[in-house]
Amino acid sequence: MEYITIIIAAVFVNNVVLSQFLGICPFLGVSNKISTALGMIGAVTFVIVLATLVTYMIQTFLLKPLDIEYMRTITYILVIAALVQMVEIILKKVSPPLFAALGIFLPLITTNCAVLGVTLLVVVKDYNMVQSMVYALFTSIGFGLALLIFAGIREQMEMSNIPKAMQGTPIALVTAGILAMAFMGFAGLV
Amino acid sequence: MNQWKNFSKGFLKENPILVLVLGTCPTLATTSSAINGIGMGLATTFVLFSSNAAIASVARIIPDKVRIPAYIIIIATFVTIVDLLMKAYTGDLYDKLGIFIPLIVVNCIVLGRAEAFANKNSVGASAIDGLGMGLGFTMALGVLGGLRELLGAFSLLDYKFVDRDGILLFILAPGAFITLGYLIALVNKINKK
Repeated sequence: MEYITIIIAAVFVNNVVLSQFLGICPFLGVSNKISTALGMIGAVTFVIVLATLVTYMIQTFLLKPLDIEYMRTITYILVIAALVQMVEIILKKVSPPLFAALGIFLPLITTNCAVLGVTLLVVVKDYNMVQSMVYALFTSIGFGLALLIFAGIREQMEMSNIPKAMQGTPIALVTAGILAMAFMGFAGLV
Repeated sequence: MNQWKNFSKGFLKENPILVLVLGTCPTLATTSSAINGIGMGLATTFVLFSSNAAIASVARIIPDKVRIPAYIIIIATFVTIVDLLMKAYTGDLYDKLGIFIPLIVVNCIVLGRAEAFANKNSVGASAIDGLGMGLGFTMALGVLGGLRELLGAFSLLDYKFVDRDGILLFILAPGAFITLGYLIALVNKINKK
């Protein structure tokens, strides 16, 4: 039951993009086409889950016993940067077209606040290891859900007539606002 | 480059939020009121100013291949300083901003300025650039926070104009997206003229 609550809260109620405001850059940046969005979701999910596992270990076995928790930000960001580098190398070998399509957004996963955000939030929420992993996985799924819905809407939007000043970022933000409003409907679930 | 121009470009011409659209996460998350927005902006300004100066002074010694991780460590150091300072002196604001203080590390503006400006300019120019960009960021956050507070609670800087409940939507998540969207559209319109 406890896990179901975490899952529903992570995917719908406290959606990482639409209600916690984490990972907005890739949300606005790679959501022009569904295929690029899917690649981004895969890479982000992988990094978030792995980063949460590694940082959880570091927090429990290194920072807490040694009482140097103020080093958290620095160590976490280093772990994430190393993981992103690894994903980049793997992707370059396994799927060059996807690597080319993701372009600049791949190294930018390091500065995707959703990754650092989730690793910090599991510390704030005081989750144990399994809870942290479930939370990390389903937060990524929530990220993917929001990104996919948004990419679908934006593909449709390309054909519509938008006032000049509203084109690009402004209309994307207003659309995201309306989407966030829709997600508020889930608020009563948990 | 003219130092005044270097300082003032962050406000309108190259405003990190309204024109370059960088660092949107803290922008949306911390602007539920003007005070929160300005607090976040000033914390980021401190990091931008110090990290730009520090990076400019060591940029020549750092090998090109490892420069990004090196920059991130320098930035993370200053973020930890801000984090500890705010925890000690601004308890209330610190609680409200929550994880967005450590998340300054991953604010694209900070790394962006390091990469685009600080690694090829002098220490002084980089510090001024950091200060200008930071204050431009603070200004945008203040305006956005002020607008949302005005519409959402009919108050500004906690001073209540009308004794009624505001349009709650603007304080909540959707209001953040929508207000920023229209604000950027407005700046686009002005800049095009």
